[in-house]
Amino acid sequence: MGRGGSRATGAAAPPWHALPDEVWEHAFSFLPTAADRGAAAGACSSWLRAERRSRHHLAVANCYAAAPRDAIERFPAVRAAEVKGKPHFADFGLVPPAWGGAAAPWIAAAADGWPLLEELSFKRMVVTDECLEMIAASFRNFQVLRLVSCDGFSTAGLAAIAAGCRQLRELDLQENEIEDCSIHWLSLFPESFTSLVTLNFSCLDGEVNITVLERLVTRCRNLKTLKLNNAIPLDKLASLLQKAPQLVELGTGKFSADYHPDLFAKLEVAFGGCKSLRKLSGAWDAVPDYLPAFYCVCDGLTSLNLSYATVRGPELIKFISRCKNLQQLWVMDLIEDLGLAVVASSCSKLQELRVFPSDHFGLGVLTERGLVDVSASCPMLESVLYFCRRMTNEALITIAKNRPNFTCFRLCILEPHTPDYITQHPLDAGFSAIVESCKGLRRLSISGLLTDLVFRSIGAHADRLEMLSIAFAGNSDLGLNYILSGCKSLKKLEIRDCPFGDKPLLANAAKLETMRSLWMSSCLLTLGACRQLARKMPHLSVEIMNDPGWSCPLDSLPDESPVEKLYVYRTIAGPRSDTPSYVQIV
Amino acid sequence: MASLRSTSCLASASAETDAENLCATELRLGPPGVVVGEDAPAKKPSSVGAKRALESTGPSADDEHDTAAPAKAQVVGWPPVRAYRRNTFHQSSASSAAAKKSGDEQQQQQGGLYVKVSMDGAPYLRKVDLRMYKGYRELREALDLLFTKCFSASAPGTHSSEGCSDGQFAFAYEDKDGDLMLVGDVPWEMFTSSCKKLRIMKGSEAR
Repeated sequence: MGRGGSRATGAAAPPWHALPDEVWEHAFSFLPTAADRGAAAGACSSWLRAERRSRHHLAVANCYAAAPRDAIERFPAVRAAEVKGKPHFADFGLVPPAWGGAAAPWIAAAADGWPLLEELSFKRMVVTDECLEMIAASFRNFQVLRLVSCDGFSTAGLAAIAAGCRQLRELDLQENEIEDCSIHWLSLFPESFTSLVTLNFSCLDGEVNITVLERLVTRCRNLKTLKLNNAIPLDKLASLLQKAPQLVELGTGKFSADYHPDLFAKLEVAFGGCKSLRKLSGAWDAVPDYLPAFYCVCDGLTSLNLSYATVRGPELIKFISRCKNLQQLWVMDLIEDLGLAVVASSCSKLQELRVFPSDHFGLGVLTERGLVDVSASCPMLESVLYFCRRMTNEALITIAKNRPNFTCFRLCILEPHTPDYITQHPLDAGFSAIVESCKGLRRLSISGLLTDLVFRSIGAHADRLEMLSIAFAGNSDLGLNYILSGCKSLKKLEIRDCPFGDKPLLANAAKLETMRSLWMSSCLLTLGACRQLARKMPHLSVEIMNDPGWSCPLDSLPDESPVEKLYVYRTIAGPRSDTPSYVQIV
Repeated sequence: MASLRSTSCLASASAETDAENLCATELRLGPPGVVVGEDAPAKKPSSVGAKRALESTGPSADDEHDTAAPAKAQVVGWPPVRAYRRNTFHQSSASSAAAKKSGDEQQQQQGGLYVKVSMDGAPYLRKVDLRMYKGYRELREALDLLFTKCFSASAPGTHSSEGCSDGQFAFAYEDKDGDLMLVGDVPWEMFTSSCKKLRIMKGSEAR
């Protein structure tokens, strides 16, 4: 290692462990993942020192796993930080409001300890207007703000960002709940401001001043990503595109309009000028007649998000079939099996497919055939999210054989407990085939009628599995025991409505400390077990959720009391102090 | 039921082996895929302030949602779809189901009619688009989702299918004149045209 080049001065080369920190910092910059850097930091104290002082990107996957202060002290040179808050099931309404996940403590600590911070990303957290004001005021070099599934802020906060962040490159707002204060926040980007590369305000409900937007788009010559909201009608889209033909990624605004040949021609010309367009998304309450205006960009598209498109039928299929270079496709189940068969034969480079349900109260439109077709004909397919109304073991076994390269497989059969519709058997064999065949599987969601047997397979075979979502499955504690005693790489486990009780939890308490978090709701847990778990594992935070409005002190309840919602996570920060009244830390 | 049985037998067994033996007898060693136990999880007795996840919509349920199965249970947070998406498509699914049944025209997409929703005790407000819903029941379901688990009916495990008026909460709204009115008195269209703000109040205040 450190033995080369020792001839120049005649002195011996320094032993490798005495090399200056800068050498190690440079070496570590080649390590691809944070996990690799963490492993290096654990080797010896000089590596620890070099690594932590040169860490520029920090991802905090659970905001309560460590105190903000700990993060600042350990990694003083961070330029980009990403923090996640609420448990994943909060996305589906299983976590009541005011649970926690406030971004404010992180921003305050960062303002103090990372004054050179350039990027902040928050997911499923509460971000207030004050937070945004603090960001604008504290970081003179701030460039990237990404908020995903957050709430608590309004257009007033956005105004502070626009006015205060002179170096802003990216403002990326994905599926947030944003209060509309009717403040024309877009106008607050100064006329001299030209650095924007990404602007995504698709989730914003309110009106937007189109003229201001046009001027902004015109002067930001480096703009690559523009995602509009529903307030921007089709004709305005055309003129915006003409001002920004260099766009790589576009999210359309409100797509529906009555068909006018003039508007169609305008759109066709506008899209014809967008030679660099690779990613297309938007709110497509689409009138099918306009789809052909997009034909000229189809060839270049690598990503297409039609998951908000209610368009169906031949026009949709014709459109997608022209996108021969598609790598990522998000679509509604209105595409039907027939449409997916066309996708299978047209999009041979497909890597990721997500099909969302159009009717949340019904049984679903898709069957197993669509997924079988795509898995058979798309050799690079590795990530699937699929909502359907029926499935068979045979189909799953076929899919597993076709695509051993799956890294993410999420299947949601809309009706809970649905068996194989031909044999009426549970779908154990099918999902077992998936985990046995797909050795690189990192994420799995299972559904349908399932017994403990499927968990035995998952526990035994899914060595690389990091995240597992289970709902309405299993017969007994054995199911959970198989998972917790197997699944070597498991990080996140979320379970709802399964007959799993205390025993496997307590028997595998140590496993929980190797994981990031565990969510269990509507299972068969008792308070006594949670108390035992908390006693046994001091580095775990054991949170129990009651109904808000029901304030009953936990201490007075007996051990046999059932627990409706449990959220357990490892932490070095001790119990958090911002719990609402319905959350109790055991 | 299989699951209840397993809980009671395991709660008392202290040794690992006892549990394994008991469970081994439950788990039939047949070819993979053989149905082992009951398919529905047992309905638990009331838990620590829990609201039962499975709510049956009664026979008087909205016809719009009865596509195939009659007494269809509507489960909270299922299918696993983000609230953002669910609210966006509530209108499409309801109106297309209605169109199938009665051949009505699909509701025209007009501009959104967003009103603030406050709930007593919640730290911040939400917003809903009243044009997304065809009637009071859908509105209440959507609000249910937004403020999940805040609506525990006074008796855990039951859920009133019409209003929460017999529960802990009452729905009120502020109309054009600024008066606080009870939701549900006037026809839906009249309501959407006059409602400025929604308020979910604790039952005691509403009385």
